[in-house]
Amino acid sequence: MTTIVIRGARQMGGETADIVVVDGLISGEGQSTVTADRVIDASGLIALPGLVDLHTHLREPGGESSETVLTGSRAAAAGGYTAVHAMANTNPVADNAAVVERVLDLGVAAGYVTVRPVGAVTQNLDGLQLADIGAMAASRARVSVFSDDGRCVADALLMRRALEYVSTFGGVVAQHAQDPSLTVGSQMNEGVVSTELGLAGWPAVAEEAIIARDVLLAEAVGARLHVCHVSTAGAVDVLRWAKRRGITVTAEATPHHLLLTEDLARGYSPLFKVNPPLRTAEDVEAVRLGLADGTIDIVATDHAPHSVDAKEGTWADAAFGMVGLESALVVMTKALVETGLMNWQDIARVASTTPAQIGGVPGYDKPLAVGSVANITLFDPTPSTPWTADRLAGRSVNSPFQNLTLPGRVISTIFHGKETVRDGLVVAAEELMR
Amino acid sequence: MKHFISTRELDKAEAISLLDATHDMAVARATKESSKTGLQGMTIANVFFEDSTRTRLSFEVAARALGADVITFTSAGSSVSKGESLKDTLKTLEAMGADAIVLRHAQSGSAETVVRSGWVGSHIVNAGDGTHEHPTQALLDAYTVRCRLLGSTSQGRDLTGVSVVIAGDVLHSRVARSNLWLLSTLGATVSVAAPISLQPRGLAGMGVQTFSTLDDALDSDPQVVMTLRVQRERMSSGFFPNESEYSRFWGMTAPRLAKLGDHAIVMHPGPMNRGLEISSSVADSARSTVTEQVTNGVAARMAVLQRIMGGNR
Repeated sequence: MTTIVIRGARQMGGETADIVVVDGLISGEGQSTVTADRVIDASGLIALPGLVDLHTHLREPGGESSETVLTGSRAAAAGGYTAVHAMANTNPVADNAAVVERVLDLGVAAGYVTVRPVGAVTQNLDGLQLADIGAMAASRARVSVFSDDGRCVADALLMRRALEYVSTFGGVVAQHAQDPSLTVGSQMNEGVVSTELGLAGWPAVAEEAIIARDVLLAEAVGARLHVCHVSTAGAVDVLRWAKRRGITVTAEATPHHLLLTEDLARGYSPLFKVNPPLRTAEDVEAVRLGLADGTIDIVATDHAPHSVDAKEGTWADAAFGMVGLESALVVMTKALVETGLMNWQDIARVASTTPAQIGGVPGYDKPLAVGSVANITLFDPTPSTPWTADRLAGRSVNSPFQNLTLPGRVISTIFHGKETVRDGLVVAAEELMR
Repeated sequence: MKHFISTRELDKAEAISLLDATHDMAVARATKESSKTGLQGMTIANVFFEDSTRTRLSFEVAARALGADVITFTSAGSSVSKGESLKDTLKTLEAMGADAIVLRHAQSGSAETVVRSGWVGSHIVNAGDGTHEHPTQALLDAYTVRCRLLGSTSQGRDLTGVSVVIAGDVLHSRVARSNLWLLSTLGATVSVAAPISLQPRGLAGMGVQTFSTLDDALDSDPQVVMTLRVQRERMSSGFFPNESEYSRFWGMTAPRLAKLGDHAIVMHPGPMNRGLEISSSVADSARSTVTEQVTNGVAARMAVLQRIMGGNR
């Protein structure tokens, strides 16, 4: 029997209470008199349920030079995550049961977080023919989120069929909303800055038109739809309309779209090159408000590791994407809590409870409640420090937040009753094995 | 000034000083007075990842006129235009002794990326980066405008009161961007005439007046009409339907030339599509500055090379 006592944390920012963890479950709150194997002094810290990311690129198999399931799991733990959804755009693509079971097994072996494989919607992400959706759903990986992320399911008929077929197995299609014909060669948000830099524009309507089409398709066939990385004010408006109409759609926003703007492209540093692109300050504000009013349901990182080589050349040659697991909670603190838009209960909802619900991850429906699986994040919201690369714990360092002053620090992450982060440092893999 | 990357970063005094230096070089060239005093013993590498024979030759002539040695690397293939290869190519040329690298590259921001990255310590001259900037073209254009409109009294002066219409594919034009910034810095008024499909977003916010057709723009009585080269592939990608429509609404033709004031000039950065964006009669008229621009290009590039490298001696 292993016992951890967490002393004095503010439960989701509210009342101070002790949390007792016994054999992987939250046992009795407020009674820390047991003989503990480990006592964590958490006074001044916020206790949150372990965070759940619905949108993570772990790169394995095929992209091990930038991330592996193990290194990405460590990055997740460092950021306070206890579950991640591994996107399907690996090599080979996760479009069949063998690949998703392999990713599942790698996640279990790593032991830092629950790794939930996402299955591709179409074979090889080619957008032509459906992937082995039923086989992946019935596999040991129990896939319930399907996405061609990185590419849009652009063909309207195929999207309709995907919504129908995925709903057959109780899953959800997570759409990367980007009309390919409107974004040929696109490099950054279309607007004044793209004009100034001579970079091909990426119009907001390329995202908004697909979302508008897809919510109507979802309504027409009675299926669930999830929209990845919402980045424009217009997209928020479309989603607000869809929800008011009763359409079963959920949506996510990334930390970077909650904080960063297109102006950062000046200087052509590919650290700021991402898909969808960074938008305007008005878009950032609209996405924040959309999250605050529930139009956008969750924050998802779109953690996208890339090697230094892939990020050091010219803007057009460089890869799209940013790492984001380690920094997600501090960015949420900056963009949502410090602005007064959200409290810590809201953060728990958008970063843990609801993403777990959308992804079908068990054990997150009653955050910090007695009897629940002990997935806990302890966060110190006070220190405001420059975000530096030494806070990163994965294999890649393409963080756009470097040298920004950001509030807070993850002090401790507990996954199924085991510490994966202790005193702000990721616990060694050998210790987790014990 | 160590590098010459952009006209956007030039202030007015620097811009005028470069125009004056261009004038000195032009006079030296015209009088066959030797100007081989500047960069003897130095090596300039022309690195062209994109075809542009006239720009490359212009830089070669300019470098040789200053007494520098020239080495040339050309590769238009896309396989070597990747970032890593750009880095390795430049490091290789520097290792061969290149004091300055004149870089032409198909991607916007390439010259700025090279400077920021610190891959090489050489001087960098931007000879055109994607659809972003072509700053030496803008310098030679501004010099040509100043010569033509202000004549012998032009030294030391800016372009206050001059109105310029840039006509054509501004969306994809590095020449347009560099000119827009340099001419504005020099006090000129710049407007754009193009189909809206070829107007980039946010021009109004940059202080540029926009006209839908060239006739509308000519009604504003500009002293300079700068025509841009039209890439034929813009038709297949739907920016405009066909050549005759383009020529009808945005081509610089003889009837349009007749609408201009007595001293107004027509410019083109070359190479021209005669009969498309500019008619032959206009291109060959006394109002056309096309060949002067080529001559002035050598002087402008001499001025730039001398400015950034001359202090090293």
